[in-house]
Amino acid sequence: MSLELDISLFHYSQANKLVRQAINNGEKEIILRGVKGHRYLLAGISAEVEAQIYGTPGLDLGAFMRGPIIRVYGNSQDGVGNTMDEGKIIIHGMAGDVVGYAMRGGKIHIYGDVGYRVGIHMKSYQEKIPLIIIGGKAGDFLGEYMAGGNIIVLGMFSIYPERPIAGLFLGTGMHGGKIYLRGKIKESQLGPGLKIHSLESEDEKYIENSLKEYAEDFGLNLSDLLKEDFIKIMPFTHRPYGKLYAY
Amino acid sequence: MWDIKINSKDLSGCGIAGIIHKKGELIPGEMIIKAISCQYERGNGLGAGFAAYGIYPEFKDYYALHLMVNSKKALEEVAELLQKRTFLIFNEPIPTKNVATIKNPPRFERFFVKPRVSEELLEGEASVEEDNLMVQLVMEINDKIEGAYVISSGKNMGVFKGVGFPDEIAEFFRVDEYSAYIWIAHNRFPTNTPGWWGGAHPFTLLDWSIVHNGEISSYGTNRRYIELFGYKCTFLTDTEVVTYILDLLIRRHGLPLEIACKVMAPPFWMEIDEMEEEQRELYEALRIIYGGAMLNGPFAILFAYNGGLVGLNDRVKLRPLVAAKKGEVYFIASEEAGIRAICSDPDMVWAPKAGEPVIIELDENTIPNQKSYLKIRPKEVTEDVLRIGYFPISLFAGK
Repeated sequence: MSLELDISLFHYSQANKLVRQAINNGEKEIILRGVKGHRYLLAGISAEVEAQIYGTPGLDLGAFMRGPIIRVYGNSQDGVGNTMDEGKIIIHGMAGDVVGYAMRGGKIHIYGDVGYRVGIHMKSYQEKIPLIIIGGKAGDFLGEYMAGGNIIVLGMFSIYPERPIAGLFLGTGMHGGKIYLRGKIKESQLGPGLKIHSLESEDEKYIENSLKEYAEDFGLNLSDLLKEDFIKIMPFTHRPYGKLYAY
Repeated sequence: MWDIKINSKDLSGCGIAGIIHKKGELIPGEMIIKAISCQYERGNGLGAGFAAYGIYPEFKDYYALHLMVNSKKALEEVAELLQKRTFLIFNEPIPTKNVATIKNPPRFERFFVKPRVSEELLEGEASVEEDNLMVQLVMEINDKIEGAYVISSGKNMGVFKGVGFPDEIAEFFRVDEYSAYIWIAHNRFPTNTPGWWGGAHPFTLLDWSIVHNGEISSYGTNRRYIELFGYKCTFLTDTEVVTYILDLLIRRHGLPLEIACKVMAPPFWMEIDEMEEEQRELYEALRIIYGGAMLNGPFAILFAYNGGLVGLNDRVKLRPLVAAKKGEVYFIASEEAGIRAICSDPDMVWAPKAGEPVIIELDENTIPNQKSYLKIRPKEVTEDVLRIGYFPISLFAGK
């Protein structure tokens, strides 16, 4: 049994109420159709449920959630996985700005391109290490103020051949976590003080493991994803501005 | 069975939407109403509006003045002024409908006029002089006649705006009864300036119309700059200034559209530093000469004119903007869902880069009095400030 709903005529608060009711009643599978900009879908849900979303989910899909696995068959708007804690969001299309804003745990797999400020303020603690994998390209401010977790950008499934794999101000203010890019960028695109590093063997292992799951999600060939070399961007110190105010 | 209720108290930003048919075919008003209403949460009922192009073909060579007045006296004063200063060939109240939620709306009247350049009524296309006289007239009405505001003044186009949600304003002005080859719409969530009838978007001058999500932090600088050229800011809100900047840069100074967008949202100095010498000199000059026209703060704007639709983001992308196309029809909106609401299977959906305009112009010779600002045009007016003439004109052609 699953809850299957066409929510095209519902206000988002009504749609979310019905989803929450179903989950409280023990429902494990949610299928939402006719999604047109409905906000906060699955937001704040602490339960191991699986959801399929058809259409274009609105802002803050899966915000603050702990546990659900969401598959979006379409593009999603801004704020996917805002401060999410556990679970996984798989997007079979593109995503907007601020994906994984302040993300604390779980995974976001995106097939195509993403917008600006993706992974801004991601963080990690002990075993909770969030991960965002982007199959396309990313806009400016990728990983801005990043404090933990990992971002992998493949640059492969992009509709923007003219754009670089990631935009300007990459990792500005970053003080934790790692950004892996499949390909090259100019040093001038990086935030102040950041450098391009080559991978170490543990990075390679991590990328391969992560991409194995990504490839399965989208029916891709892992070896194709690993054909090109990756580079790594990481903070030069965990307190890049430690001396800015106290000197 | 379902208890569907609309909660209007959620905080958000404004919503914008625009549609253009490149072949100049008419798009029913219902489409733009759906696109903007899908972004309902982006407004709070304190303003909404629509601009429609191609709605007055019977008066295509006359400026259509949409007037908003709060008294009979103001209306009479404007009518008197127009009789004196223009050839007024027709006027009527703008048709409206009673909407329960819209209380005490002002009165709306539309006038079709040509300014008196000479004793005789001149037929055919407008001269630069006519446009300039119209701008003066609009400024004069807004500034001098109490309780009267011109809410649009272009040819074959008009604006319908007021205080309410988009569906309410659409119903009030019977927007579904119009069809247009370009539409833009706005759903307002005022943050810093009052939610009054004149403050609703679009803002207009001649056939420029603009809707905006964000805030122009540089409003004070921009306003002082634009007032030097005779524009008067009377609508108490930041977006108005962008309309006049467009008119100054593109119509009066003859800058190509793309360059004008680069004045408003210039590349960063670090990007300019990396450019080839000629390009670098051009962008440095633009930043120096037109520093007062640079827009600071978060914005996503849509603007239109008799011939095109343009979407532009601030250069660090602090507001959302999505574009799509289906055949000859192009869409730009704050949210992809707004586009999907009227076109479920677009050929292409993309996120424009920050600071890079999306410019969609109609095919050549599709509409009367058509304008194109993509090509280099001969300079119509020489003004001292136009020192940009030092640069080889080929640079203005863009990439």
